[in-house]
Amino acid sequence: MTTLQTVFAKAKADNRAALIGYLPAGFPTKDGAVAAAAALVEAGCDVIEIGLPYSDPLMDGPTIQDAVHRSLLNGTRIADVLRTVEGVAATGAATLVMTYWNPIDRYGADRFARDLASAGGTGTITPDLTPEESEPWRTASAEAGIDTVFLVAPSSTEERIKAVAACCTGFVYAASLMGVTGARETVNVAAEDLVKRTREHTDLPVCVGLGVGTGAQAAQVAGYADGVIVGSAFIRRILDAPDEAAGLASIGELARSMAEGVRSRV
Amino acid sequence: MANEGSILTAADLAGNGVHGDDPDVHGKFGIFGGRYVPEALIPALDEVAAVYAKAKNDAQFLSEFDHLLRTYAGRPTTLTDVPRFSEQAGGARIVLKREDLTHTGAHKINNVLGQALLTKRLGKKRVIAETGAGQHGVATATAAALLGLECVIYMGAVDCERQALNVARMKLLGAKVVPVTNGSQTLKDAINEAFRDWVTNVDTTHYLFGTVAGPHPFPEIVRDFARIIGVEARRQMLELTGALPTAVCAAVGGGSNAIGIFHAFIGDQDVQLHGYEAAGHGLESGEHALTLTAGSVGVLHGSRTYVLQDDEGQTIESHSISAGLDYPGVGPEHAWLKDSGRATYHGVTDDQAMTAFSLLARTEGIIPAIESSHALAGALELGRELGPEATILVNLSGRGDKDMGTAMKYFNL
Repeated sequence: MTTLQTVFAKAKADNRAALIGYLPAGFPTKDGAVAAAAALVEAGCDVIEIGLPYSDPLMDGPTIQDAVHRSLLNGTRIADVLRTVEGVAATGAATLVMTYWNPIDRYGADRFARDLASAGGTGTITPDLTPEESEPWRTASAEAGIDTVFLVAPSSTEERIKAVAACCTGFVYAASLMGVTGARETVNVAAEDLVKRTREHTDLPVCVGLGVGTGAQAAQVAGYADGVIVGSAFIRRILDAPDEAAGLASIGELARSMAEGVRSRV
Repeated sequence: MANEGSILTAADLAGNGVHGDDPDVHGKFGIFGGRYVPEALIPALDEVAAVYAKAKNDAQFLSEFDHLLRTYAGRPTTLTDVPRFSEQAGGARIVLKREDLTHTGAHKINNVLGQALLTKRLGKKRVIAETGAGQHGVATATAAALLGLECVIYMGAVDCERQALNVARMKLLGAKVVPVTNGSQTLKDAINEAFRDWVTNVDTTHYLFGTVAGPHPFPEIVRDFARIIGVEARRQMLELTGALPTAVCAAVGGGSNAIGIFHAFIGDQDVQLHGYEAAGHGLESGEHALTLTAGSVGVLHGSRTYVLQDDEGQTIESHSISAGLDYPGVGPEHAWLKDSGRATYHGVTDDQAMTAFSLLARTEGIIPAIESSHALAGALELGRELGPEATILVNLSGRGDKDMGTAMKYFNL
């Protein structure tokens, strides 16, 4: 299993940022999700986040909502998510699960942490789990030996950044803007400031997500962050492709340009 | 203290923890409540909590709220004895708290006036809200018009179609109505969409939440603004009957009208508290909104509470003939009252509710909201259990004009 620590150490040695790709399990199909993630890894993604589809994704924009909705219609269950993780981890990428809290809560925190570790998963990102409510999950994750990543936002006070960062292992996820997921024309200038503020409270890598959609944007973010997170832009390409093969080719192309971007820090 | 002739004091508003039942600093009622939201919203929730904590003990704020409740909402609302209706309840004496007589025709006005005043104190000029049947949307649009706030209402596309009249009312009141076309296209998806708007526009916008659910501090704030219902009713029952009621009954969807009337009685251990959820087509049919009676503990819309969910935590869509009760979650304080045993929750089917709806119209000349009809149906059964010595206070949370389309179809009128 490739760990986040290995990924970031290697990226640092290469003087570049890490590239992190997001795709929901079960999208475009159960097997198609593994193939899509493999295409991203092949094109240069260091880390893959597998989304656990949830019925009420209240911090996601229309693109991810659409993909997640299709995945649920495909009958995706947590067992499928874990199988997807297993398939993606086999490619050699560090593999995380990104999920709203309720599915883990219902499945059982200890059980989910154990099963994710067994599947080769290296940790989770939980966007709606606040530091105040995170203790049971951090304990379960520590016992299973997986990382816990939480989010900071441009609105976060110093006190909140400190509290969130203290709960993170692996890296800290900096949301670049106030809003939902989705590619944007430009990456918010608040992101750089947020990364700077976060570094004052942690030695962990700080990765930026929300709104990154092009190689040029990846290069720009790589100029100040340890990792660049891309989700909606890949999903949009899969949704717009005439068939699965074309979708895979299209996300591969985009991922390659992003991978170049994180290697040419501006 | 509020003005002379006022109906509201600081203690009335917040209860000031007299029952020891205020949530803790993290918004927890026992294990329920709290905050499960994106970190980006935490500062806004903290700000709302801080501004409210100051406002609720501020004489100026209390006076403004009191003034609006009296001169705009039409408070205090009266109690009405319903002897002919009570004949069907084993002779128990049923008394109605007439929230249907408030401006806009439902208890929702209390909360929106309070939160609209709070919006001013937050220095924000725009409010957003979710709505199912359209009642909270209409109430929010009303308060926004009154106080000169920009107003955007999120409403499931399916609900927009079912409640076209309320969509027109909101538009007439100057609000923008956004049909939500994702997910099940009903209330829960409207809430998701409102949260998405809020996280994007939080600098300028207050999310005027419509029920006692959601992340802290909404369950506490909405409860406090609805609490006047029970404060008045308790006082009025003592005047009318010389005693506290045997039982208090209310319908429960998200739970704001129920908490509103229950809260002032929580410390009166001899007074039974009964909440009635929508059993829709019955528990076995799977088409219901029995969150407390048949749901399980989970997280929905930012707080830990009872939820209708499958074995993997996916929300299950609810069903009720009454759009106002058609919600797969419930306020965390109700979850806590259920688990502590202080309140008891039951299911009332569509058919039982419609029978009570028609009975109240025919025996008393009052057409209740279908939501409130669930509490009326519950009171009929409870009366037969408790016997003729019992007095039962029912929160008639709203009027039924909005439900005439449903009634025409149901009764072939």
